[in-house]
Amino acid sequence: MAPIQLLINNSPHEVEVDPDTPLLWVLRDKLNMTGTKYGCGMGLCGACTVHLDGQAVRSCQTAVSSVASNKITTIEGLSVDNSHPLQKAWIAEQVPQCGYCQPGQIMSAAALLAKTSRPSDQQIDSAMGGNLCRCGMYQRIRRAIHRAAGEGA
Amino acid sequence: MAISRRNFVVRSTVAGAGLLVGLRFSGPMLLSQESEKAKKGPVNPFDAYIHVHPDGNISLIVAKSEMGQGIKTGLAMILAEEADVDFNAVSVEQAETRPDIYEHMGTGGSGSTMENFMPLRRAGASVRELMITAAAQKWNVPKTECEAKQAIVRHTKSSRHATYGELVDAASKLPLPDPEKVPLKDESQFDLIGHATPRVDIPSKVNGSAGFGLDVRVPEMVFAVVARCPTFGGKPLHFDASKAKAVPGVRDIFEIPALGKDMYTAGGIVVVADSTWAAMKGREALQIDWDRGPAASESSAILRQSLRTAASKPGKRIRNDGNVDEALPSSAKRVEAVYEFPHLAHATMEPMNIAVHARAGEAEVWAPTQSPDWVQRTVAKLLDLPSQNVIVHTTLLGGGFGRRYMADYPAEAAQIAKVVGKPVQLVWSREDDMTHDFYRPAACHRMRGAVNQAGHPLLWSHTITSTSIGAFWGSPDKLEESEVGGAKQMPYTIRNVRLEYSAVPSSVPPLWWRSVEHSFNGFAVECFIDELAAAAGRDPVEFRRGLLVKPANWKPKDEDDPDPARLRGVLDLAAEKVGWSKPLPKGKGRGIASYHSFGSYIAEAAEVTVTGKDFKIDRIIAAIDCGQVVNPESVRAQAESAIIYGLSAALKNEITIKDGAVEQSNFDGYDPIRIDEAPPIEVHILKSKEDPGGMGEPALPPAAPAVANAIFAASGQRLRRLPFQLKT
Repeated sequence: MAPIQLLINNSPHEVEVDPDTPLLWVLRDKLNMTGTKYGCGMGLCGACTVHLDGQAVRSCQTAVSSVASNKITTIEGLSVDNSHPLQKAWIAEQVPQCGYCQPGQIMSAAALLAKTSRPSDQQIDSAMGGNLCRCGMYQRIRRAIHRAAGEGA
Repeated sequence: MAISRRNFVVRSTVAGAGLLVGLRFSGPMLLSQESEKAKKGPVNPFDAYIHVHPDGNISLIVAKSEMGQGIKTGLAMILAEEADVDFNAVSVEQAETRPDIYEHMGTGGSGSTMENFMPLRRAGASVRELMITAAAQKWNVPKTECEAKQAIVRHTKSSRHATYGELVDAASKLPLPDPEKVPLKDESQFDLIGHATPRVDIPSKVNGSAGFGLDVRVPEMVFAVVARCPTFGGKPLHFDASKAKAVPGVRDIFEIPALGKDMYTAGGIVVVADSTWAAMKGREALQIDWDRGPAASESSAILRQSLRTAASKPGKRIRNDGNVDEALPSSAKRVEAVYEFPHLAHATMEPMNIAVHARAGEAEVWAPTQSPDWVQRTVAKLLDLPSQNVIVHTTLLGGGFGRRYMADYPAEAAQIAKVVGKPVQLVWSREDDMTHDFYRPAACHRMRGAVNQAGHPLLWSHTITSTSIGAFWGSPDKLEESEVGGAKQMPYTIRNVRLEYSAVPSSVPPLWWRSVEHSFNGFAVECFIDELAAAAGRDPVEFRRGLLVKPANWKPKDEDDPDPARLRGVLDLAAEKVGWSKPLPKGKGRGIASYHSFGSYIAEAAEVTVTGKDFKIDRIIAAIDCGQVVNPESVRAQAESAIIYGLSAALKNEITIKDGAVEQSNFDGYDPIRIDEAPPIEVHILKSKEDPGGMGEPALPPAAPAVANAIFAASGQRLRRLPFQLKT
């Protein structure tokens, strides 16, 4: 096990793990960055969504050895003080219930808004379709994305 | 904090015995709760609920689990309202697991607000009263000249004021007021109760800092997974751990036995490792021969037949008004229907997990649980400790829906912690969670009815069969207990009504699933009344209205008996808001269902578009009478959530058993509703001064029948089996 260098939320980290280990478990168990959630381990629920160079990926399906050259952003890197327009919109629309899926939802939404500043409902459906919310807060998620888009996320 | 214990009991008078509608514990659980209650000492509101620090900081304590329903906010609002503290300046904290202080710590049955509304008002009002008394004594002025607001007592005449922090030392030494007599605010004075209030837990849930069970990180902590037999009641015959032990990071592998009644664990082979991933990899490398146990041949296909057969035979008579067997006029139109319901998994987003650290003479537990006191007793029993030596921290819950009431995962973790001797986090994978859940019972309902030529119903006969939750808890005389609610209280005025119940054995462990039996009884009752309306050639809303009759001398027959006028109230509101009488284009349809459960009345109207075998839900309107509202924001959110949860079951989800094991293992086989499938939901709340009803569950039962009735209106097809499948 050779050490692997990672750049997460603009901070360098070094971990010694099996290179096949999914990024999710490196974040959660090795670096104690528990904002990124485990939901299914198969890329079906989106709870583990992080950004690689701004693109939304499922960290449960991403081997840590494959991301040593990428810029990794997790929910903790979005803002520390809830100042990101999506976080503000999520609070304004009172989106979360249990809240477990929300880091993944917000990371998917952030990647969407980075590409499409004013997404249509259809574009939201297509970008957010991989993120399950068992509390069913979908209409609030949609409203919050529109709200954040209006405020220039 | 200058706080002493005193002789003060917060009495639960408002909801009393009837608070756990639909979540009636039987057997050992009830007994243990009773004994906890008997042991319970006096409660002081300063100890239990409102911690006033001399520096002026105030913490409100919530002794219920936050699983997204907003209870941390709602219960704290009630305390803050009557205590007259600034809600924006307080912190809200999770209570310690102290069944000696808190009467009932379980969160379920949509009961938290019902159960706590009056006791917490009285606790808050007692604190306010004591602060005023302390100030009046300090200034030597009459109490009646002092006023409390925003945690400050003022004596306007002398322009003096004192903060609660300055007064708490004196206030906490005063004799406590009689909670039954302490002055409460009039509803017109409420600043918080009934006003939309942002949830206190939300800011932490948008930045990753919210602490769920799976996020617990304790120094030296190791991670464990369990390989469980795929079939219910099976066990390992022998296993070879040599390959698993070679997986980097794996520390230990050992067997734990299945635990029986009250704990209901499967037992299995435990893999302990330095990380969750290593534990999972280690488990994959195990070679295990299973004894698949006595239920290895069970299948959903066979169970379905057994349920259908049982539904065609007489069962235990639960209700019998008039005589359903009386001769019908030859002109009567008969209607028969069989409704079928599959097993369902809870599928909380956060899979089951818990962390336990067993130390000499004590243990510490971090539990995402709906029943921290049960976790405490379970861990204590397995580690041979007195309950009070087990510290249980209730974390946030990534969903509950009834599943997290159980003590199985805590029991497993205690077994593991005893061996490991370090803090250990037991992690259930999604596959573990889905294949070793406790499932919503499978059920079959046979309905028989008739209407006369004038379009009036003559009889209503309902036979329910299901895999009984009561049977699972070992209450053979109460098999129907968590199966017939809402069907027994069928609210429509029909002269001849019969309800029968019979249980069908199954090895699939059943449990309360959001709204419990109302999840199927609401469907059967509200679809069949719609079928009778159609047979009568009557409009479904008018037909229901005519049968929701409240006689002048009406009294509820039991604690769950709905008030017909309140049911009619929400029916009318939903019909008005959806524009019931407005014509729809061809291919579209409108359906309605109105239902009472957990103390609340909810009608839902659905509009759908049917195209061949496909349909789309265009919108759902919900009209709610849940009595006195605490936080309208949470009422709305819970309604939206329960509707989507119910629609996932109506549209897509089904757990099937083959060769004794669950066939679905992840969100590919059991895929809840996603954003593109979620209809817009509009929620309307009736103003009401009735006692608060529950809101975690009651918006679920009307959702599926409203959609099924709308599909009938659009296509003429009756959907009688869930999940729905249209024919072309």
